[in-house]
Amino acid sequence: MSRQRLLGLNGDEAAAYAIKQVNPDVVAAYPITPQTIIVERFSEYVADGLVDTEFIAVESEHSAMSCCIGAAAAGARAFTATAANGLALMWEMLYIAASLRLPIVMAVVNRAMSAPINIHNDHSDSMGARDSGWIQIYCENSQEVYDACIEAWRIGEHLDVQLPVMVCLDGFTLSHTMENVLTLSDEAVRDFIGERPYIKVEGHLGEAEFRLDPEKPLTMGPLDLYDFYFEHKMHQVEAMKEALKAVPEIDEEYAEISGREYRLLHPYMMEDAEVALIGLGSTMGTVRYVVDRMRKRGLKVGMVRMRVFRPFPTEELQKLLKDVEVVGVLDKAMSFGAPGGPLYEELRTIFYDVDENPLIVDYIYGLGGRDTPPHLIEEAYEGLLEVKRRGEAVEKLRFLGVRM
Amino acid sequence: MSKAITLKEAVKKPDLLASGHRLCAGCAEPIIARLVLKASRGAIIATTATGCLEVATTIFPYSAWRIPWIHTAFENAAATASGIEAAWRAMRRKGRGPLARYETLDIVAFAGDGGTYDIGLQALSGALERGHDFTYVLLDNEAYMNTGIQRSGGTPYCAWTTTSPAGTVIPGKREWKKPIDEIVIAHETPYVATVSPAYPLDLMQKAARAFETEGPAFIHAISPCCRGWRFPSNKTIEVARLAVETCFFPLYECRVEDGRPIYKLSPPSLAIAKRPERKKPVEEYLRIQGRFRHLFRPERREGLIERIQRWVDRRWEMLLEKADL
Repeated sequence: MSRQRLLGLNGDEAAAYAIKQVNPDVVAAYPITPQTIIVERFSEYVADGLVDTEFIAVESEHSAMSCCIGAAAAGARAFTATAANGLALMWEMLYIAASLRLPIVMAVVNRAMSAPINIHNDHSDSMGARDSGWIQIYCENSQEVYDACIEAWRIGEHLDVQLPVMVCLDGFTLSHTMENVLTLSDEAVRDFIGERPYIKVEGHLGEAEFRLDPEKPLTMGPLDLYDFYFEHKMHQVEAMKEALKAVPEIDEEYAEISGREYRLLHPYMMEDAEVALIGLGSTMGTVRYVVDRMRKRGLKVGMVRMRVFRPFPTEELQKLLKDVEVVGVLDKAMSFGAPGGPLYEELRTIFYDVDENPLIVDYIYGLGGRDTPPHLIEEAYEGLLEVKRRGEAVEKLRFLGVRM
Repeated sequence: MSKAITLKEAVKKPDLLASGHRLCAGCAEPIIARLVLKASRGAIIATTATGCLEVATTIFPYSAWRIPWIHTAFENAAATASGIEAAWRAMRRKGRGPLARYETLDIVAFAGDGGTYDIGLQALSGALERGHDFTYVLLDNEAYMNTGIQRSGGTPYCAWTTTSPAGTVIPGKREWKKPIDEIVIAHETPYVATVSPAYPLDLMQKAARAFETEGPAFIHAISPCCRGWRFPSNKTIEVARLAVETCFFPLYECRVEDGRPIYKLSPPSLAIAKRPERKKPVEEYLRIQGRFRHLFRPERREGLIERIQRWVDRRWEMLLEKADL
C-alpha cells in the first residue's frame, strides 16, 4: 500500500482532485449548482499547468457530453460533471455515449429536477438516467467520491465492459461539505489507471482499434435499423453483465493500493437483522447511526447501502435480503404514477419469484433536499417493525418527512 | 497558402467518399463532400450531423466513408468536432496517445441547414467562439430534406415546403433566409467561404484554405435538392450555377485580419460585379424549381417575384460594399 496524504476536501473538490491526478486528455463542462466547484477547481489546475488536459468551457451540457463523445471516440480519456437540469439537457447524448461504447467518466452531483427550480439534493436526475446504459456508482462520502473518480476509469475501460460511468454524489450534503479524504500519490493513481486500452474491431481495412484513426478508418455511429440494432443492444446487455464481474475485481485491486474496500453492496448489521433499510448515497451514513442506536435498544435492525445501482446486483441482493422479514426501501426519487420509486420497483421485481422473500415497502424521502434527520429514519424502522408484527404491509408506498 | 488545384490533380486524388451510397440521383451533397475531402492535406477525421448525408452513406453494415467518421446526433456536429480537436491537441501536448503523431489533422464537420441554422446554431456558435481548429461544412439544401422537406431557417422566402405549403392564402415560407454567413463572420471566424458545386475548382480551393486555416473555418455550400426543390435530377449543377449567376447565392471568401472582416468576391461573382449586365434575373433561378411554381402558376405573382428580386439586389449591393467594389 502506498503512502497517502490526508486532505480536507468537500465532495466536489475530492472529484476535482482525483481527476487532476488522473490527468485526462479532455474535460468539457458547463457550470451548474452544486457541481460548480468541480469545474472551478479543475480550471485552476489547468490555469496553473498542473494537468495536460484540454479544458473545454462549453456553451451547454449537451455540448459537454458531445465534446466528451468526440474526444473519447478519438481515443482520449474524457471527463465531465453536471447535475439535475444539466443532466437532463445532455439526455440525448447519454444514450449515444453508452451506445457508442465510450468509457467517459462523469460526476453527477445529484440535485432535484425542476420544476419548481430547486438546487438541493435528491436522486431524480440520475434515477431518470438509469436506463441510458451508464454504469452508476452512488457515493456515501467524499472519500468515496475521490476513490470512485479513480476507479471509474478502470471499470468503464475494462475490455469486457467499455461503458461510460456516472459517479453520483449528493448535492451539498457531499458536494459542499468538508471531510477528511485520504489521497493516493499521483504516481499510484497513474499506475493504477495506466493507459486507456482499446478493443479491437473489424474495419474495412482489417482489424482496427475502436477509435477514430486516420490510418485504420472506422465508421462510428452509422444508421442501424431493424436488421442489426437489436443485436447491438444485446451487446450492451452483455457489457452490463460483465461490469457486474469487473467492478469487484477492480475494487479488490484498488483495495490493495488504498486499503479501502468497496463492494457492490455494503451491508451493516445484517447477520441477524429482522428488518432492514436499503438505499443509496449519503443518507445511508445517517441510517448506520440509527441502526447503532436501535441495536442498543435490542432491536434487530440492519441496513444495506447500495453502491452500484447499474448494473443491478440482483443475486447479491437476493442472497443478502432473503432471510430478512421486512425490507424498507429508501427512494430519493419518485416515478410519478408508478407503484413506487425506482429502487423499490427493482427490488420487488427480483424477489417476485424467490420463495423466501421479504415484505417490501417503499419510503420516498428527501425530495428537493428535504432534511432527513435520524428521527425520520427511526420512524421508518418503527414502520418496518410494525409491518413485521402484523405480518403484512397494507400501505406499501410511504412518504417520509412530508406534510400531508 | 495553397496553390490553385487543377482539375488534373483533383481527379488523381482518391475519392474518400466511395460510390454506392444511397443518396438520391442528382443530390448535390456527395458531390460537395467528395470535393471537400479531395482538398484534405492528409490525415483527416470527419463528423456528420444527422441528415441525408449521414443516413444514406452509413446504413450498417455498409459505409461509404474511407476516412475515420463519426455521427453522434443532429445538433452537435460542431461540439463533436470540438471534442475530437481537443483530444488531438491534448495528445500532441502530452506527446502520448494515438493522435499525438499527427502534426496536422484536418477535422471536418458536415451538417445540413437544419443542423446549422436551427438546432445546431448554439453548438456552432460555441465552437466558433472557443476557436477550435476545424472546418465546418454547411450543406445547405434549404429545408429538412431527410424528414421530408420541412422548412428551416435556411429556407428562402416563398419556397414551398411541407410545413410552409403554398396555400390559397399563404404563398409558401413567409420569412427570409437567415443570414448565417454574417452570423458566423460576426464571431470573427478566421475563414468563411461560400461555394457551389457548379464551380468545383473554386470549391476545392476554398476547402483547402479552410483546412489550412488555424482555428475554425466555415464553408457554406449551396446544395440543390432535386426532390425538395422539385427539379429534374440532371439539372443539379445547372441550378447550382444559376444560384450564383443570379446573385441569389454569391461566391465569396471572408477572412478576419486584425479583427476586421475582409471580403473577397470569388471569380464567378467578381465577373458579375465587374460586368453587372451579366447578372441574371432571379426569376431564371426560381422558374426552374417546382418549389417556386406557385409564383408563376396558375397566375404570375409579380409582386412576390419583385420582392425576391429586391432582396437579392439589396444583399448583393451590401456584399459589394463589404468587398469594397
